[in-house]
Amino acid sequence: MIGVLVKIAWRNIVRNRRRSLMTASAVAAGALAMLLFLGYTTYIFLGMETGNVQHLGHLRVFRAGYFLYGAGNPTAYGIDGYREVMREIGDDPVLKPMIRVLTPAQSLMGIAANYRSDNAASRTFFGEGIIPSDRARMLGWDQYHTGIFHPLDPGMSDADESSGLVGTGLARILNLCAPLKLPDCPPAPAAAPAEEHRGPVNADIAELAGRDAPQAEQAPEGAQIDLLAATVGGAPNVVSLHVASTQPQGAKELDDAYVLMHLGLAQQLVYGREEHKVTAIVLQLRDSRYMSAARARLNALFRERQLGLEVRDFGELVPFYGQVIRLFSSIFLFIALVMGMIVLFAVVNTMTMNVMERINEIGTSRAMGVRRSRIRAQFLIEGTFIGLIGTVVGAALAIGIATLVNRSGITWIPPGNAIPIPLHLDVLGRPLRAASICVGLVLVATAAALLPANRAARLSVVDALRHI
Amino acid sequence: MTQPAATSPVVRLAHVSRTYQSGALEVRALDDLSLEIPPDRFSVVIGASGSGKTTLLNLIGCIDAPSKGVVEVCRQNIAELDDDAVADFRARNIGFIFQTFSLIPVLSAYENVEYPLLLVGMPAAERRRRTTAMLEAVGLAAQAQRQPNELSGGQKQRVAIARALVKQPQLVLADEPTANLDSATGAAIIALMRRVQADSHTTFIFATHDPQLMSHADEIFAIRDGALLEHRRSGA
Repeated sequence: MIGVLVKIAWRNIVRNRRRSLMTASAVAAGALAMLLFLGYTTYIFLGMETGNVQHLGHLRVFRAGYFLYGAGNPTAYGIDGYREVMREIGDDPVLKPMIRVLTPAQSLMGIAANYRSDNAASRTFFGEGIIPSDRARMLGWDQYHTGIFHPLDPGMSDADESSGLVGTGLARILNLCAPLKLPDCPPAPAAAPAEEHRGPVNADIAELAGRDAPQAEQAPEGAQIDLLAATVGGAPNVVSLHVASTQPQGAKELDDAYVLMHLGLAQQLVYGREEHKVTAIVLQLRDSRYMSAARARLNALFRERQLGLEVRDFGELVPFYGQVIRLFSSIFLFIALVMGMIVLFAVVNTMTMNVMERINEIGTSRAMGVRRSRIRAQFLIEGTFIGLIGTVVGAALAIGIATLVNRSGITWIPPGNAIPIPLHLDVLGRPLRAASICVGLVLVATAAALLPANRAARLSVVDALRHI
Repeated sequence: MTQPAATSPVVRLAHVSRTYQSGALEVRALDDLSLEIPPDRFSVVIGASGSGKTTLLNLIGCIDAPSKGVVEVCRQNIAELDDDAVADFRARNIGFIFQTFSLIPVLSAYENVEYPLLLVGMPAAERRRRTTAMLEAVGLAAQAQRQPNELSGGQKQRVAIARALVKQPQLVLADEPTANLDSATGAAIIALMRRVQADSHTTFIFATHDPQLMSHADEIFAIRDGALLEHRRSGA
């Protein structure tokens, strides 16, 4: 029996092909818009995740309290015996197969100065000490095949502790435009005479840095700056950094203050001759899906050993990531609601017209012995067919357009980034979501047919037969 | 599709009234009407427009319910059945032929005739055999795959007759079946129905104004103002 209902439903769709086509077009437009936006948000989400994981890793182990209070004084939150902790993490049978990169990192703050220039300048900096080879491996993480590859940190190597890089803004501020041959670096407005401009801080740094003169003289050609920070003991300390290159940062505040250096140099600056510690142990996992399991295992390990350590994921470290996800998710919800309403009204309208035109046919069928439920089913099947046709066409168009965009080589700079990356619409990147959109639209079309279908089923046979 | 005993009426109406509400006005279409229609007969209900012929046929066809009284069709009190059971009862026992043919426009002649057999869940092979035989019986074997809009009025009514009879119902109801046909085609359709009735021993009940049709009737029920005015038997 269902076969004949399907046959009648399908043939009525073909019979009213123009009307069916218009309605299916509304469904197709809904599917197209939602799937393309899904592809875009998927790309944004996965791209942001990739960028964050490449730079920060999935998880970071801190000394307890660092996440909430440590930013003011990172050095006070150093992890004691971090090499031993890393060994325990790396050798753990649960964690070992999950970990791709396990590396220490030292955050620090201080004053960066270029007293060698005629226009001596200084500025507070935010820096991180890393192991260059580990960082290079981290930058190669691309689980989702986004094609996002951040440039490696040029000029940095494990063997050369004295080299690092700075944000483009900081290089400009420290008058490193010429030695680093920075583009987009207009000449600064005329400054006051050098002697007057050199404040006591610069003089102190110069004096302290002078003690490192032999090392500075050995540094390769390029820009040289001095970094001043207070050691854990409170004494001022200074090191010289050979600026091998610059790297633009997404936010100006960060770009004007960022220094990336070798872990050894950072430790030398912060800990001097005292025990060298780190502020974080970074874990980059092979797969983001391991994150909660790895975190749980780390917490268990730290509790068991009473190490006083805590674990944070990249989402906690970069609240912007969660904010972007929530923003795009709410926009997506809004688009889905609008599209759902359009589909709903289009299908209700079409199905109501179909019922009105076939009242006599409904009466005939009922007189012949067709139950009300089967009349209802027949119109629901029609709604489902319209939804299916529209969704299939919309999905095909979405995949086609996404393929064109992906092959066009369009690039853009996402928020928080400084380097353009290829635009990619990942329509099928989250297949469950894409399938939910398609199924959802078909369900909306079916649900929209319910009202007219119920009306058809409730018709009095006598009234329906009398209808002309 | 059991045949009732030859003597028991296929339709029995006892003190049936049917009233409609038309705005504030109550319209009495049938008024305390009682009648019995014997099986295996060619019965005609006649009466002026608005006399209650169609209402009577609707009640006999179980597509309407009386306001008062008892309607028994094929020895079944229809009031005892729920909506689905009434639909199933119609599917098994009653065939309809409409004035406007009322074929399903998206189904071919063959599919229209086959449709009632699908409703009673007949196996495919038997369905095919009966549908083909019925189309041959009404002379439309060659037009089986045509859509209704490719058929003439007479051909459409033949398909409607085949559709009504294919399930071998106990009762066939026809409301003005020749009204939309020219007289020659109408005569041919009447002859066809008479022949099919004689072959199948199905009870036919018509509502009509057509004198041609009346002349073929075994039983004539004259209705006026919702009441039975006269019951005549052919040759009586």
